[in-house]
Amino acid sequence: MTEITVNVNGKSYTREIEPRMLLVHFIRDVLGLTGTNIGCETSVCGACTILMDGQAVKSCTQLAVQADGSDVTTIEGLASNGDLHPVQEGFWEKHGLQCGYCTPGMIMSGVDLLKNNPNPTEDEIRHGIEGNLCRCTGYHNIVKAIQYAAEKMQGGN
Amino acid sequence: MGKAIGQAIKRKEDPRLITGQAKYLDDIQLPGMVYAAVLRSPYAHANIKSIDTSEAESQPGVVGVFTGKDFADLNPLPCAWQAGGVNNNANTPRTLEIDKVTFTGAGVAVVVAESRYAAEDALQYIHVDYEVLPTVVDAKKATEPGAPQLHENAPNNICMEWTCGDEAGTDKALGEADVVVKQAIRNQRLLPTPMDSRGAIGIYSPVSEDYTVYMTSQCPHIMRLLMTAFVFGMPESKMRCISPHVGGGFGTKIFLYPEYCMVAAVSKKLGGLPVKWMETRRENYVATSHGRDHVTEFEVAAKSDGTITGLKVETYANLGGILSTIAPGIPTTLYGRMLSGVYKIPNIYCKVYGTYTNTGMVDAYRGAGRPEASYLVERAVDLVAQELGMDPTEVRRKNFIPPEAFPYAPASNILNGLKYDSGNYAGALDKALELIDYKNLRKEQEEARKAGRLMGIGFSSYVEICGVAPSAWVGLNGEGWGAGLWESANVRVHLTGQVVVTTGSQPHGQGHETTMAQIAADLLGMDVADVRVEHSDTLGTPFGYGTYGSRSATVGGTAIYNSVQKIIEKAKKIGAHMLEAAPEDVTFEDGKVFVKGSPDKAKTIQEVALAAAVAYDLPAGTEPFLDDTTYYDPPNCTYPFGTHVCIVEVDKDSGHVQIKRYLAVDDVGKKINPLIVDGQIHGGVVQGVGQALWEGAMYDDNGQLVSGSLMDYALPKAHYLPMIETDSTETPSPVNPMGIKGAGEAGTIASAQAVVNAVVDALAPYGIKHIDMPLTPQKVWEAIHSNGNGGN
Ligand code: FES
Ligand code: FES
Repeated sequence: MTEITVNVNGKSYTREIEPRMLLVHFIRDVLGLTGTNIGCETSVCGACTILMDGQAVKSCTQLAVQADGSDVTTIEGLASNGDLHPVQEGFWEKHGLQCGYCTPGMIMSGVDLLKNNPNPTEDEIRHGIEGNLCRCTGYHNIVKAIQYAAEKMQGGN
Repeated sequence: MGKAIGQAIKRKEDPRLITGQAKYLDDIQLPGMVYAAVLRSPYAHANIKSIDTSEAESQPGVVGVFTGKDFADLNPLPCAWQAGGVNNNANTPRTLEIDKVTFTGAGVAVVVAESRYAAEDALQYIHVDYEVLPTVVDAKKATEPGAPQLHENAPNNICMEWTCGDEAGTDKALGEADVVVKQAIRNQRLLPTPMDSRGAIGIYSPVSEDYTVYMTSQCPHIMRLLMTAFVFGMPESKMRCISPHVGGGFGTKIFLYPEYCMVAAVSKKLGGLPVKWMETRRENYVATSHGRDHVTEFEVAAKSDGTITGLKVETYANLGGILSTIAPGIPTTLYGRMLSGVYKIPNIYCKVYGTYTNTGMVDAYRGAGRPEASYLVERAVDLVAQELGMDPTEVRRKNFIPPEAFPYAPASNILNGLKYDSGNYAGALDKALELIDYKNLRKEQEEARKAGRLMGIGFSSYVEICGVAPSAWVGLNGEGWGAGLWESANVRVHLTGQVVVTTGSQPHGQGHETTMAQIAADLLGMDVADVRVEHSDTLGTPFGYGTYGSRSATVGGTAIYNSVQKIIEKAKKIGAHMLEAAPEDVTFEDGKVFVKGSPDKAKTIQEVALAAAVAYDLPAGTEPFLDDTTYYDPPNCTYPFGTHVCIVEVDKDSGHVQIKRYLAVDDVGKKINPLIVDGQIHGGVVQGVGQALWEGAMYDDNGQLVSGSLMDYALPKAHYLPMIETDSTETPSPVNPMGIKGAGEAGTIASAQAVVNAVVDALAPYGIKHIDMPLTPQKVWEAIHSNGNGGN
């Protein structure tokens, strides 16, 4: 067993874990933050995407011990004081989700994308989320959701 | 109608989904929970000689190891839809297999441990002695002499031989035709891939001797019925089934699976510990049912003016090593019966062999039989056009069933007594042609060809059979379905004026909580926010058949509609009493009861609900409360239709296909929520495009699933695709009072052939007539280079 300390959504957690434990299992099973989903456990689908020190990472690709000392943001920590993040709002406004299973990961990738490229083209959005699979929406409304957020974050309404 | 139906309002379910608060199956944790991992057969065909679990039992954290013999008292899972009118040599899964396996991935043992890691670690310590047998994976080869035999009761691996239509008439039409085009096609096997794979939690109560089972199911009521009455042999009242949030289904979560029975049975063995099993993606690919997998030859007969006179089809449908819950119904009722498409084809005959092979189970996957039918018909029409040198839209137009012909019974009674409800097929085609500017497109194509670029335009004019119901049709009239197909609703207006609707259908992405609230709110003249939709728990909802076959709005929604109508009648009676008027003198409009002509003196539905609930002063003989339950069985299915157009460019040097534009013009009848309908179309289209270009489940000759992970199975990604342009025509269905036709599967049923037709059109200069899906760069390149022209 190894002890790690991870700051998740602004709160510090110190826990004893098996060294082989995946970060996504630490977040879901140890901390009980089940908003981050698992769609493949093999780094393909992106359902488990979180922000680690501000970067989007697939949390099934990381061991929990690699997150020792890091700042992690999960979908539960994205809204602030009850206000949805513009990307969350975009997904709601533009019907960017159906079953919602890919959505937390997709939203985290969208947040990361807009941080690096605040005004992306449609093509840049599509490439920006190429590591996230959605089986329901055909991506059309996900692209629109991220466009909505980009506009809103640029100061539009 | 009022103000809510037809509005593109945001979904009520989204806030919990976009904040991570929704609970999917794997999110549920219960005190004392233990975790199951299933040992699956690595062989596609083998006898199980013995299983030694002793070493696994002594591994750290392990609380139990069980094999099929431990559950020998449970019956095999039922096959609930045997093809109608023929022998079905049915063989179905057991909770865990005991004597033999017929596909890789069949469960043979289960480890239960204190953690999932411990359970999976211990799997390797179970020792199974297999006698490995020869395998066959191809639906047609399985029927040939010398093929390995999977089941004693199914000689030549034939589960069923089913026909529809008129063979003699069709042969005559083929004999008399000006042209006959013959084509062999494959509709490849697909892995449905909901992003949330399957899972279940079983909890047995030793005190009350009953079970609670959480499961990723599209139809928890049917699961309870099948598990209790057929597998466990006990009263339905002894089990409660709950579907939590379900992350997509696309058909695969309709069926009863062994693991759902396993968690319940294991919990009982462990004295009632909650047992959770959650599928990995690899397991999802080998052990959850697949879709399609047809090997087909067809002949289409036409006159030289393009009039189609006959269609003869022979299909080998791969059903896998063992039958999933409704497998035989898919390539029969939902396939053969739709082979007239949108056309007046005077002679049709179809023969289907359902066969066993050493592959995973095949059952309904989005569209289920109808995409295969629609693909075949639309390829056939294009082949006729190509043969006659006609424009593909002209051949379509020439053969369309005209608007005045509805209700229309396809020829040769292939629809077994049903009739297409309503349609204006040319209307949808015309709209599509106008929106894509067809004339100029063909010019553009000419210019592209001159410049050495391969541009293609593909059409798909489709019709589907949706709102799958009439119970008498699916059962009594010979389709072989083992139950009814009506749907239920309960509507209550509570004392506070809030409405609760419970439905027997089960949302897993479709947005029932919004659209069903829109129906009730619209009719009651209330805010959508004041209507709550409850579902997915056998404890709290009336029996219902669940969500599939684009039936939730058409059948489930109409049940709600009917209940609200009855509530309005009662509200009028009580309102009249409150207004001291005669019931026949009052009317109900905009949420108010008033004497006709005097709207200012009115009682709101909320006031009436309060009066009905407190029941101090009700008209004589009136029961308290505004509450109604409806069981609605429609008189017919519904038949959405439309035309899709795909424009592609093919790279001559690499064979790569790029979709330049995709336009969907759909007629789903009246829309309850256009935002949600569009979303359904987008997603459906992309699943069909995925089949056309990228997806394909590959088994090797030994029955190993080569495309067994998301790294090997090419699911569509965002950057492969353009925006999907959508538009619509609106031809209300006369089958239900709201005129709804259904929208869940239209996109998938329409799209694959639009893409393939576009690619074949692009390759027309090479004389290419057909390429089997998926149209990977390699296949397209090979086709370009195979006609002796070296690709130039
Ligand atoms: S679960 Fe991590 S990428 Fe799929
Ligand atoms: S919304 Fe269902 S997978 Fe994306």
